[in-house]
Amino acid sequence: MKLFSNLISAIEITNKTSAKIEALVNYFKIAPDKDKLWLIALFTGKRPSRPVKTTLMREWCMEITNLPEWLFLESYSTVGDLGETMALLLPEPSHKLDLSLHEWMTELKTLKSKSDKEKKAFVLEAWSGLDQQECLIFNKLIGGSFRIGVSKKTLVNALAKLTNIDANQLMHSIIGNWEVDTISFEELIHGSHINYDNSKPYPFCLAYALEKELYELGESNDWIIEQKWDGIRGQIVKRNNEIYIWSRGEELVTKQFTELVEAVNNFKDDFVIDGEILAMKDNDVLLFNDLQKRLNRKNVTKKLLEEVPIGFYAYDILEYNGDDIRELPFEDRRKRLESIFGSIALPEHVQLSFLVEFNKWEELHSIRNNSRAINSEGLMLKQKKSPYHTGRKKGDWWKWKVDPLTIDAVMIYAQKGSGRRSSKYTDYTFAVKKDDALVTVAKAYSGLTDKEITEISQWVNKNAIEKFGPVRTVKPELVFEIAFEGIALSNRHKSGVALRFPRISRWRKDKPADEIDTIETVKQLITAP
Amino acid sequence: MSKENQLVKFTKKGIYCPQGNFYLDPWYPVDYAIISHGHADHARWGMKRYLCTDDSKTILQHRLGADISIESIPYKKELTINGVRVSFHPAGHVIGSAQIRLEYKGYVVVFTGDYKTQPDFITTPYEPLKCNTFITESTFGLPIYNWKSEEELRDDLHSWVRTNQSNNRTSVFLGYSLGKAQRLLSLLDGCDNIYVHRSIHNLNEAILSSGITLPKTKLWSVDLDKKTLQNKIIIAPPAILGSRMLKRLPNPATAICSGWMQIRGNRRWQAVDAGFPVSDHADWNGLISAVKASEAEQVYVTHGSQAVFSKYLNEIGIKANELITEYGDEALAKAEAETDKVTVE
Ligand SMILES: [Zn+2]
Ligand SMILES: [Zn+2]
Repeated sequence: MKLFSNLISAIEITNKTSAKIEALVNYFKIAPDKDKLWLIALFTGKRPSRPVKTTLMREWCMEITNLPEWLFLESYSTVGDLGETMALLLPEPSHKLDLSLHEWMTELKTLKSKSDKEKKAFVLEAWSGLDQQECLIFNKLIGGSFRIGVSKKTLVNALAKLTNIDANQLMHSIIGNWEVDTISFEELIHGSHINYDNSKPYPFCLAYALEKELYELGESNDWIIEQKWDGIRGQIVKRNNEIYIWSRGEELVTKQFTELVEAVNNFKDDFVIDGEILAMKDNDVLLFNDLQKRLNRKNVTKKLLEEVPIGFYAYDILEYNGDDIRELPFEDRRKRLESIFGSIALPEHVQLSFLVEFNKWEELHSIRNNSRAINSEGLMLKQKKSPYHTGRKKGDWWKWKVDPLTIDAVMIYAQKGSGRRSSKYTDYTFAVKKDDALVTVAKAYSGLTDKEITEISQWVNKNAIEKFGPVRTVKPELVFEIAFEGIALSNRHKSGVALRFPRISRWRKDKPADEIDTIETVKQLITAP
Repeated sequence: MSKENQLVKFTKKGIYCPQGNFYLDPWYPVDYAIISHGHADHARWGMKRYLCTDDSKTILQHRLGADISIESIPYKKELTINGVRVSFHPAGHVIGSAQIRLEYKGYVVVFTGDYKTQPDFITTPYEPLKCNTFITESTFGLPIYNWKSEEELRDDLHSWVRTNQSNNRTSVFLGYSLGKAQRLLSLLDGCDNIYVHRSIHNLNEAILSSGITLPKTKLWSVDLDKKTLQNKIIIAPPAILGSRMLKRLPNPATAICSGWMQIRGNRRWQAVDAGFPVSDHADWNGLISAVKASEAEQVYVTHGSQAVFSKYLNEIGIKANELITEYGDEALAKAEAETDKVTVE
């Protein structure tokens, strides 16, 4: 496992994606074939099921280290990750085990059906023959997520650099159906198990943020206006009875959105359509927050399918029955899209993105300001004659987002982060004024720099009035600007309002606590939908 | 009342010895302060008189002002103050750091200040001491903290510098000016040219003036040519993160060096490339072995994991109590950040 362990170390001592790719390429150059396949499998979430229960591993670790349970748990809560806690606690190895990644994975696969006694013997033998980093990896191989800052995209870029094969094709290959036991590395990367011609996407056409006045864009009737939906930009590729969904991050996400695949199956034509993947319920678009619940899950439960159904708004068509039509003017492509969508009865969650009706430029201001009420981020302005550009090109497409809503609030509770931020206070609760008292309005955790978090953590340690579990009640002194995507009246909240997607936009060191917003001024931000 | 309570008292101003009429590392201004080492949370400003080790003297003068009233004695030399025999013993924490040993009518108290039991390439090695009352720090008082040997650390740091060099990156190590900076110097000596931030440079000058030798360094100043620094090594205080000075460097790779970096999560959330667990404090086994070697009847546990460590000591049959002090990493970080602010652009 030394090779694999060295790779993990090399990835962990750099923040630069280029250096991570370099380390991966070096690994692929020297690692045995099967090890390479396992690495790809592990980093793309193709893990065999857990062969040993967590509780047993915990028990054995306490037994070996001779630590009382409370001290083990204290350590665990400081580290935030069980596999890592055990690796840190276990004694120095007494001998050296040198198995390849493939050999370890093969052993682990057979372990599942063995008795607890045999499992224990195996795990203890491994622990006593691996150094700290290897123990950590071993514990991670047994179960738990293997998150080490390498995305599928990084992995694919490394493979592309190594082999000169098209990155999207590699993405399709590694995501496709394959098993370590029945494929070779060469076969995998050359895609012997897939037909890339059926899945190949186009580069996305991207828009710049609008940086001029509307009238400077010329005649208003040269433009088509749509809502800018806040979901995942995606391409649906349908060719020869196969359907693929690509995200803008150039990942294949087909399996995550089964509802879309089913709906698209109804079309008889082949095409490549560009659009937005959204969480959509009863014809309403939900927040990106909701959509996130559906992302990167190994299994989507029935409950989740019902709670967060997925929908799609189609923006554009790039290929029709095998013809690349990206050079056609947008208005013509749009017509083609409309006729395809008009040709069959579709389930209501796959729709054509509707156009904004307007005559004069001035009308767009109020339409944009109301976007939030339908969970849209603002407007998209597209020149009628524009082709579907490769990448970002100034002039033909503009995005015109709404400004975020903000309030000034004071911090009243702080809580330590879990896992990666376990030693600092990172989660805060904020309040605004209500008469002479304070009332909680939001909980937020993102948006501050590491330096600010460190400073706030020190302040919290000094200014905690009360400890309640992991929560510290602090003097209401630090003021923050909280930005959020939406606000609505709510009787489930004590304050009477619910903020959607609140985040810290900045620390207002310049503002004393008695100048924060009142609940009345906050409520004034609510616009009738 | 037991004897130890007569020899040291825990007061609002700090740890006090009534017989000797002096304080150990007090956090409020007092007449007579005996100082374990130069860190800002232990050696504070405003005492009428200071006593420290010979090796700490110039450090204290540098940090607290040349005009302070200060006396120093070498390690292990005994000084009798109002009948109390006082001596300093190496603590292995930073240059000049000492445990303070007090003896009165055959009763011995040892106050460790901060200490590290593992030897390194620069500090006088830690000396285990026997006593009746042992007052120990507990910064890393959890069994997850066990340090690598100095040789292993050296290999890790050197190989990181080599990797950076092969990618045309300048290696920037971040650590407090007193202690970590000199330790890093000793670990990186011979790897390549080392440049230090001005706050470290000035402190090093103070250390050199007391006759201690340090590896050769150059001052990292803004007027240095980018080419000169390319692929070299820089040591700077953590406050430099996010500064213009750091941004001006050609392709820097940054590493935080601290015991907290033992935990992956801590390494990953910092806005730096790498984290190396280089600590100036005792690890778990170091703390346990120091307590056991002291054979003390009573242990007091100060800053760090005092609750956990004292609970564990009681469970293994050693009488221990928590002691709330104003020492600790956070106090130090704050004081360091304030002194460094002046020099960091
Ligand atoms: Zn210290
Ligand atoms: Zn200390």
